[in-house]
Amino acid sequence: MKKRLIALCIATLITFTALPAMSVTQDLTSNNGGVRSLRGLVEISTTNKSEMLKRVPREQTLIDRNYVQQPPIIPHSTRGYYINLNVNKCLSCHSFKNAGEMDAPKISVTHFEARDGMMLSDVSPRRYFCLQCHVTQVAAKPLVKNTFQPVKSLQ
Amino acid sequence: MLINLLKRLWLIMRTPSSAAMGFILLLGFSGGIIFWGGFNIGMELTNSEEFCGGCHAPIVAEIQETIHYSNRSGVRAICSDCHVPHNWTDKIIRKVQASKELVAFALGTINTQEKFEARRSHLANREWLRMKKNDSQECRNCHQFKYMDFSEQGRRSVKQHSTALASGDKTCVDCHKGIAHRLPDMSGIEGW
Repeated sequence: MKKRLIALCIATLITFTALPAMSVTQDLTSNNGGVRSLRGLVEISTTNKSEMLKRVPREQTLIDRNYVQQPPIIPHSTRGYYINLNVNKCLSCHSFKNAGEMDAPKISVTHFEARDGMMLSDVSPRRYFCLQCHVTQVAAKPLVKNTFQPVKSLQ
Repeated sequence: MLINLLKRLWLIMRTPSSAAMGFILLLGFSGGIIFWGGFNIGMELTNSEEFCGGCHAPIVAEIQETIHYSNRSGVRAICSDCHVPHNWTDKIIRKVQASKELVAFALGTINTQEKFEARRSHLANREWLRMKKNDSQECRNCHQFKYMDFSEQGRRSVKQHSTALASGDKTCVDCHKGIAHRLPDMSGIEGW
């Protein structure tokens, strides 16, 4: 009887001393040490204030590439553009068939290449999801200063 | 027996009433208001979003992602704004046609998402055809070509609207498909 009581006491003691210790270690892992990151001076464990959604400027013209392999940036809004099994809204203007009539840049033939290097007659499934590489340019200032210089041929 | 009853009824209908003229007129007017009003209320009820959603719940949810539901100025369209003609006679014609859809409801033609997806193309094509035939009247109830300001439109919009739409070659729905719902398989559709 006595032994059991002692064991119970020890168990309670351990729980009560261990709990605060555990929370301390949690605090330690989430402490960013006062370093200001892109998400501000906010602990990782807390949710920071979200940025305002950026607007897409209207009437943008083609945006030049900064490096040769860069997927061209989209100079218009793509809100409500569906790309799924049924339909690819982007290709309704940018496909080989429609680009001429719609006066839109034509999709590059490199997108017709399947994984094994074979050329297909239409967009390859692995290149079907446009927004995977091409993104819309919004009215946003660069988050950090950038000194990147394009190669001579693009300058 | 029946003959007698009919005879009596005929007599009542033939003989001038002893009630005052004003009373009879009052009866007539109030009856008219009740029946006509009730008819229109019924009509309006079957135009409400809740009523449509009773059977077409998934497709009513789809509009919530589009500009016809949520936008900067808060003006929105509900199902009937696009799918029921506003003009009275056309509206009645469409409502009578809709009674066919009650049969589909009873048969459960689109009562699951899978069944609906399988029929999406058929339903969409039927609605596009209807809009093409009436020159996109339901679009034009709000979007009137006469009051379009090309200087406020985008470059690409002006190009299409000032040519094909202005000349009547094309109508709204020829280009603006899937503006309130997701699209079906578009292979073989003109312009896609």
